[in-house]
Amino acid sequence: MTVLLAAVTALLFACGAWLLMQRRLTRIIIGIGLLGHGANLLLVTAGGKAGRPPIVASDGSTDLATLSDPLPQALALTAIVITFGVTAFLLALGYRSWQITSDDMVEDDLEDRFLERRRAIDGPEGAVDDGDPTTSELEVGEGS
Amino acid sequence: MAAGVMTTGIQGVVALPIVLPLLGAASGVVFGAWRQVQRAITLVTLVSVLGVSIALLIEADSTGYVVQSAGGWAAPLGIVLVVDRLAGIMLVVSAIVLLAVAVYAIGQAGEERQRVAFHPLYLVLAAGVSASFITGDLFNLFVAFEMMLAASYVLITLGGRPDQIRSGMSYVVISLVASTLFISALALLYAATGTVNMADLSQRLGEVSPELRTGFSLLLLVVFGIKAGLFPLFFWLPDSYPTASGPVTAIFAGLLTKVGVYAIIRTQTLLFEPGETMGTVLLWVAGATMVVGVIGAIAQDDMKRILAFHIISQIGYMILGLGLFTVAGIAGAVFYVIHHIVVKTALFLVAGLVDRRAGSARLSEVGGLVRSAPVISALFLIPALSLAGLPPFSGFLAKFALVDAGIEGRSWWIVATSLVVGLFTLFSMTKIWTGVFWGEADEAPGREPVVTDRLGSPLLMLVGTLALVGVSIAFSIAAGSLYELSERAAEDLLDPGRYVVAVLGERP
Repeated sequence: MTVLLAAVTALLFACGAWLLMQRRLTRIIIGIGLLGHGANLLLVTAGGKAGRPPIVASDGSTDLATLSDPLPQALALTAIVITFGVTAFLLALGYRSWQITSDDMVEDDLEDRFLERRRAIDGPEGAVDDGDPTTSELEVGEGS
Repeated sequence: MAAGVMTTGIQGVVALPIVLPLLGAASGVVFGAWRQVQRAITLVTLVSVLGVSIALLIEADSTGYVVQSAGGWAAPLGIVLVVDRLAGIMLVVSAIVLLAVAVYAIGQAGEERQRVAFHPLYLVLAAGVSASFITGDLFNLFVAFEMMLAASYVLITLGGRPDQIRSGMSYVVISLVASTLFISALALLYAATGTVNMADLSQRLGEVSPELRTGFSLLLLVVFGIKAGLFPLFFWLPDSYPTASGPVTAIFAGLLTKVGVYAIIRTQTLLFEPGETMGTVLLWVAGATMVVGVIGAIAQDDMKRILAFHIISQIGYMILGLGLFTVAGIAGAVFYVIHHIVVKTALFLVAGLVDRRAGSARLSEVGGLVRSAPVISALFLIPALSLAGLPPFSGFLAKFALVDAGIEGRSWWIVATSLVVGLFTLFSMTKIWTGVFWGEADEAPGREPVVTDRLGSPLLMLVGTLALVGVSIAFSIAAGSLYELSERAAEDLLDPGRYVVAVLGERP
């Protein structure tokens, strides 16, 4: 069972990491969710063999050998609550971003674009180039 | 089990730097409709936190460790709060900076005045920062980080402007990735050792195989490296910090990355035996961080972004001191952290003043402030020269301590790198000086300056900035005793046995 859980953790991490690389905010948020699940599963797995009850078994036995460690489960609960709250905030942020841009793509850093454009205009090549500055600006904008 | 050797009443107040700001935040929400009451609550809370922190530092410096088990549950099962010399120093410095920035924020018309949430969030941030310094439990450190980060997510996007949303998004996502890695590291550590108490971990990690230990040490370095902005994990930092409002950027730049550095210093010295290999890794990372940060700064045109790149470069110096793993090196790193928190926050506050006075903080758009706003110019000059490491300011002493430690450790190349980076830092600061303060007064086109009198700013904003500049000057005056304190902290850090005994008691 633990091998299965480890495999599921690996799968969640792989899918989460892949989604995180996308340029769409919705996918990134889902990716973060999957990564969080993977990490929480890993925490639970650290508590011992799967399927065992923590603290007291259903037949009332408190034999430590048949119980799983309750601490990682408590830790996982804490982590789940935190991930839940932050994901809710992330969704709100994504919604606000959609309201502003009506698009859920991740945008480039504006300051980087500004610097690139400035270099294109007053760099040595730009100084020689007498062409229409808006053309070079457009080219840089598309390239970045 | 007797948790510590101290029986003085001071243990009772260990939790106050966390509890007071949280109480303040709660009452700040209740009194949301009365801005003056909110301000009073924030200031009173931060002043009391400063007082408690100073008391804790004095106690920790005389007895070594102040330990408190939360809820009376003894370590390693319960959560312990531990104030040693390093934590005490960090508490005091962060309380000073938080207080000065709060005063500055109150003087500024902006987020603080318009948003009900500013004061409560600011106090939650303060609680998270204090909790990160005090906690003696690795999972509790995660919770403290999340508390701090959750507040910072909201603070960074408080204005709701498009650029804030854009950069806030990447900030939140990268922090969440770091948190996920942190949980994973905790899960693996627990699976390997069966504990998350730092003192207990310090002992039990000695029993696992050295390869596993190296793996854990690198994993935690990555987790905290993302927060601290180490090479190659720094890309989010210069993009996201400058978009927030002035005081928020200043507190982020000054404090948040340094909490990451603190966590790196704490875990690398306490949990893992300092080894030659880890030292070399840290030194290379430090060198790359310094160089990349300073080169990134040269290309920038916005004052805040130049300063943001310099945070990265300066983090390199702190890691350099740690990587040497000698008393002199770590003492230098601790001294550097203290100096940097104050100076960097002061510089960002000045950038906020410039932005308000001239309508922009771009080098290409602003100029001639030395004539139109001499007070702001003077406030910039002192921390800027200190950051560049010119004598007699605290930056010079901090860099001197590190270079001296590097020469002692015979790490010539890193010493050479740090000196060259120091020159580039000076170049960057002169670039800001010539761009913003000297030259013709060319106001930003289309943007009217907000303030036009000679003082250049509301009085409270100047008071906040001036306080930090004053503290940084005080650091250079009291450098001798401050360095000795850092040295004592470094000796504690390099002997993790003391920490373990203070938390777990004497083991037979």
